[in-house]
Amino acid sequence: MTTGTTAAAGALDAQEVSVVVNGKTLVHPASLQVAPGEMVALVGPNGAGKSTLLRTFYRAQRPTSGRVLLDGTDVWRMPGKRLAQQLAAVLQETAGDFELTVYDVVAMGRTPHKRAFAGDDADDRDIILRALEELHVDALAHAPFDQLSGGEKQRVLIARALAQRTGTMVLDEPTNHLDLRHQLDTLRLVRRLGATAVIALHDLNLAAAFCDRICVMDAGRVVATGTPVEVLTPALLSEVYRVEAEVTEHPRTGVPHVTVQASP
Amino acid sequence: MTVVKQAPGAVEGPGGRERHGPLAGRRPGVPYSLVLAVLGVVLLGAATAGIAAGSISIPADQVWSILLHRLHPALAEPTWTPVRETIVVDVRLPRVLLAGAVGAGLSVSGAALQALVRNPLADPMLLGISSGASVGAVLVLVLNVTVFGMFSLPIAAFCGALAALVAVYLLARSGGRMTTVRLVLAGVAMAEVLSALASFLIVTSHDPHKTQSALRWMLGGLAGTTWTTVWIPVGAVLLGTAVLLGVCRSLNLLLAGEEAAAALGLDVHRFRASLFTLVALMIGTIVAVSGQIGFVGLILPHVVRLLVGADQRRALPAAALLGAAFLIAADLAARTMMSPEEIPVGILTALVGGPFFLWLMRRKAAR
Repeated sequence: MTTGTTAAAGALDAQEVSVVVNGKTLVHPASLQVAPGEMVALVGPNGAGKSTLLRTFYRAQRPTSGRVLLDGTDVWRMPGKRLAQQLAAVLQETAGDFELTVYDVVAMGRTPHKRAFAGDDADDRDIILRALEELHVDALAHAPFDQLSGGEKQRVLIARALAQRTGTMVLDEPTNHLDLRHQLDTLRLVRRLGATAVIALHDLNLAAAFCDRICVMDAGRVVATGTPVEVLTPALLSEVYRVEAEVTEHPRTGVPHVTVQASP
Repeated sequence: MTVVKQAPGAVEGPGGRERHGPLAGRRPGVPYSLVLAVLGVVLLGAATAGIAAGSISIPADQVWSILLHRLHPALAEPTWTPVRETIVVDVRLPRVLLAGAVGAGLSVSGAALQALVRNPLADPMLLGISSGASVGAVLVLVLNVTVFGMFSLPIAAFCGALAALVAVYLLARSGGRMTTVRLVLAGVAMAEVLSALASFLIVTSHDPHKTQSALRWMLGGLAGTTWTTVWIPVGAVLLGTAVLLGVCRSLNLLLAGEEAAAALGLDVHRFRASLFTLVALMIGTIVAVSGQIGFVGLILPHVVRLLVGADQRRALPAAALLGAAFLIAADLAARTMMSPEEIPVGILTALVGGPFFLWLMRRKAAR
């Protein structure tokens, strides 16, 4: 069964994954387990290896050692199409010079569910339109993707992942370029979908507010994994980001809140 | 942190851009089926004109009567001389058929290449593929290789085309990323070197007759087409187009970028390698019969994208029809404009296509 139904939330298990490219170690053996339906934020300074680790999940970068399991199956040992039916990725990359419309871009999300020569049926069109509406880009359906603003592009790429109807999502800085409202909307949406999600984020307060756990990477290593309260401590922030930060409890939600001292 | 309430559904972005369209899975404008139907009629019209025109002009209705009669004798009563029937069936029909196949093949190859290298300036001739095929073909002509019988020429051209395509791809790509500049420069350099090599082989062959025919062939033309030369390229183009239509969705994924394509389930490297082989097969068999006909693979995919959009599922069938119609018309012009002299059709397409290419470059630069 493929068309229309959403795949069940998957269990993601990265076991001792390392990535070495041209003799340079981008990720030292790193492990991360994500339970079905859990939302985990991946945080860390620029160049910490967050994107590289995520790329091993959606088959863009083969791990040098270690394995990535989705529901117990190595993602690199299953057909790419089958993985794409269960795991969707929202990437930073954008389309080039071809004047694809927003609709065309989102429609690609249905490809993993289709055989050669099969056209989009009514179910597919319905799924595509709903994804467009969910991300507030339905009015742009026929606009050329290349001419959108950065935030609009980002939302279209999220809509494409949504149209894949997968139970697991990998999102690489999905809130980049987004205004405050759409940052919140996007994370709320992922939460509401109930899908297993690993999200690279820069905003620690968003990570704390929306994610069950936070995994901190620094210089290609996982240095801490745990609940926001466990992980977001002044000591760790000082060690990883080299900033002095104060962590307070949000008066209403009880979620830890990071305030960085921005003294010039 | 304060969150400013916005009306639900409000669309952000720079104001003044009116982009609100109807909420449907369909592009606004002319329906796709109508575009295809019009292109089909244009193709039939061009084919009819191509068969009708020539030193002996044959009326269009008679052309169709002869063709129908050949299809099934009961369909039309013969009222024409046997000579006319020979002209239509044995001289002009194979040539029009070949022109159609060559045009369609170049056009869909161009469209596929543009998606495969993710660059709208890709074209079989600009990337040196046609020159590679020429070298292979010239080698066979000059050395009189006949190992594979009538297939020797197309096979050698295919090998040359594939080698050139892979070489240009690797040259343009070294270092991981591929820029337009590098791709076009690598292609142009490769085309120059290989054309020089082909010319060198021709002029050092010491056979004036061979030199004459090889030079003529290199300019790109369809003169002297007979039924025996038609089948291989027509078969290759039909096969190639059918396969491409089957993998349209995957070609679309490549437009979104390699990484996105991988994330959407495509084995990018294997897919690209097999399609390179398929394109080389089409270009090789085409060049073996027609020589180098440039810019068809560049212009027509662009025109088609303007007509029906970049989605390959819509673009490829239209590209095949338009490519066939275009080259049949170009070939008609090539053999009638200066009659009885015949201009190689490659010269005509270059005269039209060169300026188009420059316009395209300027337009891209302006954006």
